[in-house]
Amino acid sequence: MLGRTAEGLFWLFRYVERVDNVVRLLATAQRMAVTRLEASESDWASILYTVGTMEDYLVRYQQVTKPDVINWLIRDEENKSSVRSCMSLIQHNARRVRTAVTEEVWESINAGHASIHRLINRRVSESDLSLVLSESRRVMALIQGMTNATMLRNEIFHFISLGAHIERADCTLRLLDVKYYLLLPSFSKVGSVFDIFQWNAVVRSVSSLGGLKMAYGTEISAAQILDYLVLNRVMPRSVNFCIGQISQSLNYLSFRGQRQPQSLKKSNHLLNGYLSSTADKIIDYGLHEYTQKIISLTAEISDQISKDFRFYE
Amino acid sequence: MSTTIPTSSDDLYDEMFASTGKPRNTYKDFLEWFEAQNPRGLKNKHRETSKIFRDSGITFRSTKSPLKDQLIPFDWIPRIISSSEWRFIERGVIQRALAINAFVRDVYHKQEILRAKKIPSELVTSNPAFLPLMMNMSTPSNVYAHIIGSDIVRTGPKQFYVLEDNARTPSGASYMIENRDAMLDLFPDLFSIIKVKPVENYPDLLLTALKSVSPQNDRKAVVCVLTPGPYNAAYYEHAFLADRMGVELVEGSDLRVIDGKVNIRSIRGYTPVDVIYRRVDDDFLDPLNFRRDSALGVPGLFDVFRAGRVTIVNAPGTGIADDKAMYSYMPDIIRFYTGDEPIIKNVPTWRCSDAKDLSYVLSNLENLVVKEVHGSGGYGMLIGPHSTKAKINEFRKRLISSPSRYVAQPVLSLSTSPIYKHGLLSPRHVDLRPFALVTGDSVTVTPGGLTRVALKKGSLVVNSSQGGGTKDTWVLET
Repeated sequence: MLGRTAEGLFWLFRYVERVDNVVRLLATAQRMAVTRLEASESDWASILYTVGTMEDYLVRYQQVTKPDVINWLIRDEENKSSVRSCMSLIQHNARRVRTAVTEEVWESINAGHASIHRLINRRVSESDLSLVLSESRRVMALIQGMTNATMLRNEIFHFISLGAHIERADCTLRLLDVKYYLLLPSFSKVGSVFDIFQWNAVVRSVSSLGGLKMAYGTEISAAQILDYLVLNRVMPRSVNFCIGQISQSLNYLSFRGQRQPQSLKKSNHLLNGYLSSTADKIIDYGLHEYTQKIISLTAEISDQISKDFRFYE
Repeated sequence: MSTTIPTSSDDLYDEMFASTGKPRNTYKDFLEWFEAQNPRGLKNKHRETSKIFRDSGITFRSTKSPLKDQLIPFDWIPRIISSSEWRFIERGVIQRALAINAFVRDVYHKQEILRAKKIPSELVTSNPAFLPLMMNMSTPSNVYAHIIGSDIVRTGPKQFYVLEDNARTPSGASYMIENRDAMLDLFPDLFSIIKVKPVENYPDLLLTALKSVSPQNDRKAVVCVLTPGPYNAAYYEHAFLADRMGVELVEGSDLRVIDGKVNIRSIRGYTPVDVIYRRVDDDFLDPLNFRRDSALGVPGLFDVFRAGRVTIVNAPGTGIADDKAMYSYMPDIIRFYTGDEPIIKNVPTWRCSDAKDLSYVLSNLENLVVKEVHGSGGYGMLIGPHSTKAKINEFRKRLISSPSRYVAQPVLSLSTSPIYKHGLLSPRHVDLRPFALVTGDSVTVTPGGLTRVALKKGSLVVNSSQGGGTKDTWVLET
């Protein structure tokens, strides 16, 4: 496989995952805005922090308002992580790796690009938002589903998996980093209530509220939420799970008779070190410091993958 | 120059219906099927066609709006060719392909055709398509133009003409295959009634042809398709052919010359490649040997080619054979190398560089097509009878100031083949580009090819960049 093809696949599925994440965050904020009595701009602001675009946003817009945030996250081409920007990068990368994906995956991307484009060509009003979000989720689910259903489990698939899981781990970590302060009071004072409403929303934005209850029961502590999002081995959006998948793929991609790629060493190291910890230890270490550390280690793995597999010259 | 071919003032030849209004034999079975269909069902099928093409992303990008994916309109009424008509076309295409290869080889070796004064020397040696770097370079099996697509038009029952030859990087084969795939999807029942020769093995034949010219000449030859990238008008075709052949689609930045071989940058390191089916123009192939500002090419590629350690397909410099200035000499070229008369004729052509021809052209501009010698895609062209006084005068000035840049031809009354329009059949002008694959002494022509159709009523311009569409081309088994 070409290094450039591996790069294209890796980024194609990072962007698919990114759209999925942005859409989830918007859906959660929308839900909070309609279910809570006092409207809170901070819900919208925290999305901007989570996707890491607050600075760029403030260059374009004076203040954080719902319509502007929606416009920025969905259709602003200045925002490299907007649904529109990601969709055109998805299509561009799909064209570049056209021969590596199946007809079904290609068609789901191509037709999905057209259908989303039709919806977001004009300004998206609040009442159109849920339609745009559900169509975007449908398209991403179709792309991911077609990938799982029709692609051979060979090198190609593993580069796809690497891109998807790097992006997903990164998103969960950023979400945690933006909301970590909500957990702090309950760590410091035993028995104090934390904003369960907010945390329900956080867990909901990784689509796993039901899973949380299934795993830990209905009385949920802050430490359990931390465990669930970071250390859990079966929750598909937990950091541990994502890095575990990355190690598996890198293991598959290791060449027989050659020494282990650096990226595999790094992901195994992360898996056996920071990610084999416990919620209590993480809290002792400092939740903010911990998430910052893992965000940078994940970025390092991503960077090392591009070197190990000659994405560029 | 006298001409006996029918021009636009004469009766049109329609491929489906005789002038009496009766269907021709080739279309009888199709029309019978067509008449028996539910009109509403056909309208639905008609709508379905553009969805098929849009979803599968079969698009092109024109130079005018390079960021926009455009569909080439597909008309689902097939263009049908009888097996005896096809045998004639096939013989003509094979003859031409062999002559073109013999000509290119000669031009870059002894230049016997120039010594025999069949073609003016300066027309070859000072032609921008002539590559002095190719002098005395031999290629595996002496093939230079491995893939040739000559554009053929028809004006009567037995009258076929070659309008131009494409011996550099002819495109359109993917549409030939996709059009058939779409038809098989839409109308499977038709293919059980009418036996049509298959086209889907073109990629296999192409791969065989490519492997046959590998420097090592072995079956394990590594082949790749070199594309200028996703912004190129024909990128879709490059990806399609690479995919159907099961070889890598590479860009210049994926290739690198290491130790006298061309290598592909793969995830496991650099691996050598033997045959490059390039869809990048000569000028851009190698910034060290050709255009320095090319970011599409591979530095040093030509040196590896000259050392015989990689094969470039089609070879650099084949453009000398399909240059419009050379076109009018093609009958002489065919006679010189094959000893036979051309099977498919050339359209009579006035060379404006010749004073006598120029004066004829200037006094008959209203009735002629004037073409720029180095133009392509239907740009820079005057179609006298369909033009305005102002445009004609503009061309008159251009002809007088630089006559050698132009050639002129009579306006052919291209045959028509019906398209489906509002539930009815409506005649439109068509041409045909069959694809010839050359391996050593043998030439394979895939039965059919790409039929291009001018969708505007009365228009003679079939180019997709100017409102042309395509049709599936059927060659009947019997």
